[in-house]
Amino acid sequence: MKKFLFAAALSLPFGSVAAETLTVYTYDSFVTDWGPGPQIKAAFEAECDCTLQFVSAGDGAALLARLRLEGARTEADVALGLDNSLVEQARDIGIFAPLAAAPEGLALPVAWEDDTFVPYDWGYLAFVYDNTKLSDVPDSFEALAASDLRIVIQDPRSSTPGLGLVLWVKAAYGEEAGAIWQGLSDNIVTVTKGWSGAYGMFLEGEADMVLSYTTSPAYHLIAEDDATKSAAQFSEGHYMQVEVAAKLVSSDQQALADEFLAFITTDAFQTVIPETNWMYPATGAAVPEGFSGMINPAPVSGALTISDANRKAAVEEWVRALSQ
Amino acid sequence: MGACAEPVIRLTKPLGIAALFVVAVLVLAPVLALISRAESGGVSAAVWPAIRFTLLQASLSALISVALAVPLAKALARRAFFGRGLMVSLLGAPFLLPSIVAVLGLLAIWGRSGVFSDMLAVVGLGPLDIYGLEGVLLAHVFFNLPLATRMLLQGWQAVPSEHYRLAAQLDLAPRAKFALFDMPVLRGAAPSALLVIFMLCMSSFAVVLALGGGPKASTIELAIYQALRFEFDLASAAQLAIVQLVVGLSAAALAFHFGKATRFGGGLGAPFQNWDTRRGPKLLDGAVLVLAALFVGLPLLAILAKGLAGLGALPSGLWGAFTVSLGVAAASTLLALGLSLVLARLIETSRRGGAIELFTLLLLATSPFVIGTGLFIIINPFASPFALALPITALVNAALALPLMLRIIRPALSRVRQDYGRLAEGLGLSGWARFRLLTFPQIRPELGFATGLAAALSMGDLGVITLFAPPDVQTLPLLMYRLMGSYQMEAAAGVGLVLVASSFGLFYLFDKGGRGAGA
Repeated sequence: MKKFLFAAALSLPFGSVAAETLTVYTYDSFVTDWGPGPQIKAAFEAECDCTLQFVSAGDGAALLARLRLEGARTEADVALGLDNSLVEQARDIGIFAPLAAAPEGLALPVAWEDDTFVPYDWGYLAFVYDNTKLSDVPDSFEALAASDLRIVIQDPRSSTPGLGLVLWVKAAYGEEAGAIWQGLSDNIVTVTKGWSGAYGMFLEGEADMVLSYTTSPAYHLIAEDDATKSAAQFSEGHYMQVEVAAKLVSSDQQALADEFLAFITTDAFQTVIPETNWMYPATGAAVPEGFSGMINPAPVSGALTISDANRKAAVEEWVRALSQ
Repeated sequence: MGACAEPVIRLTKPLGIAALFVVAVLVLAPVLALISRAESGGVSAAVWPAIRFTLLQASLSALISVALAVPLAKALARRAFFGRGLMVSLLGAPFLLPSIVAVLGLLAIWGRSGVFSDMLAVVGLGPLDIYGLEGVLLAHVFFNLPLATRMLLQGWQAVPSEHYRLAAQLDLAPRAKFALFDMPVLRGAAPSALLVIFMLCMSSFAVVLALGGGPKASTIELAIYQALRFEFDLASAAQLAIVQLVVGLSAAALAFHFGKATRFGGGLGAPFQNWDTRRGPKLLDGAVLVLAALFVGLPLLAILAKGLAGLGALPSGLWGAFTVSLGVAAASTLLALGLSLVLARLIETSRRGGAIELFTLLLLATSPFVIGTGLFIIINPFASPFALALPITALVNAALALPLMLRIIRPALSRVRQDYGRLAEGLGLSGWARFRLLTFPQIRPELGFATGLAAALSMGDLGVITLFAPPDVQTLPLLMYRLMGSYQMEAAAGVGLVLVASSFGLFYLFDKGGRGAGA
């Protein structure tokens, strides 16, 4: 049995022997049956005469760590799934190559100019609640801290939305961020390792609100015909998560990688995003009907990206504030 | 068979040493690999609270689990009742649950909108709030009370039933029976159970986060995860891994110091009969059994109910993931079984047996993230990690199950040697024939239990596959986590149930096979 397994593992084919293979590293939920992966693979292969192979590597942060571990030996041609909180760190490592051409048709709420990373979707973080149970909805972090509502959030040390929340509070309150967190500490039921743990606990009724996205209610509305979920709009503005893709310097498929990065901002890619990744398209591509009822907040002020040192400092401040 | 006896004897020692080498590589090489690739960085003083909390929660989890396991194991050892076999088997179940499944199951009972909170609401009391240290302990006791019970139960079952008959004939006072039977059993089995649970809880992290209520409840394992994933600070990950090894080594040394196996001598193998007919202890045992069944059973029922609802939404990749998981489990179980038998034999026969066993136990104190990342760094320059994903996963799963198996099998081997060794040597029984005719039948229950645990653990472990998984290859736990990440909570619950059912099925197969039809 062992021998057989070993042999089977060694002979695992890396795609079939098609003309050329483009290997794209991404995060887990992108490649599931419900994620964008399968449709995007089909759409790109229809026009590229190649094989598109997705390799999933945990989430965005794990993906970057994986690329750093593999170094020049990586099989990846493109990395898809980093977000704006990781972009500066990713740039500093020097493993990503500049784009062949500036992306076309971007329509993000704030301007995005970058010569290396192409945005493929974006969303606002928000606290999601059950509108049949909660009527007095807070409209700011201060109001939330003053309420006796119970929230469940993700840990910024292990989760990208969790990190986004810390950066959100930091962007909105600056020096006062620590005080806001202390005010929130009695509202926090618990802090989970990742998004799915927190969202699962919210759905089980463990908390009044959960940190998620403004588009989460659209999922329930469209996929489950359930209109009971809403996102709270905060007056400070909302943290924007922009998800990006980039080409690896070490790729031996530079031309094909450029082709794929250009494909990202076409309708064939963008129209798949809303109902599979539950985020907004990076271009003006149409969104389904269910998205129109979502709140449309303003972005929180401040830069979209953050340096490694500032990110670390913000997380340490969070730990200190909540450990008191 | 006599013809192959000699080569077997000559082979076991080199094989044992080879197994020890594998252990040494898995304990040390990943840490060294991290150090070799480290650029800058290192731990800061901010890690102290995490170390403190890790020690606190792991010690308390171990103490509470074992303390509660004492009355439960004793009740199981001396009472015969309908469903006892099933209950003993079901005690294996919590240990095999993926952490997120267990957390949601526990919350369905103990959570703010769980069964108990709903009951409290009827009488106008606020919801339970278990988050914090108490939540972490609740989950760890749920996972490990059953394991501790099984380990202690084995101790009690090693007392020959003839001893109890003699004690009844002599009409010994309860205190005398406690000193003669219970105390020595606990002295032998409790330190071992404490140690294993301490080590398992030390590297727990998703559960600690989910129920810990905030960053006050941070563990060393979380710091390692953060260092490897967000900071890519290999130096600090390596330092933290060394802290874990040192803590693990100290705990193991402590347990070895206090642990003392007692020889009860061989019996005729007659089935146990309870000679104590007093009502008080009987009622007490009954109450203990019912409470334990509820504590362990209710969250399992909640998981079952949620999973059944999700069976309608099972995803397409399920069958493939199931086959991969089963294949990996089969390979790693065979490997773990082989490694543990030759290592147990080496420990039994070597003068440095104690040290070897101590060293092997360190595998429990290694972080799976460190092993995974370390092996990745070592392998990547020579071969594609994708190609080796399944063998590596099987190897690491086997390595993580190994210390647990050793703790179960090794005492049984000692017992056989002490009770029957001289007789066997007098008869010239050696090599394979001795294993087949004497050792195997004697250690069969322990072997079955240990093998079942190894198989089920490998089946349910997310493990290093996350780092190595090639495209299109996924295991059941990986599939479940991926589904949860795309809002598919119901499908994930369905896959979770399939996962738990197949893990438990594997465990039951070996465990029941080991205990035989009568036990």
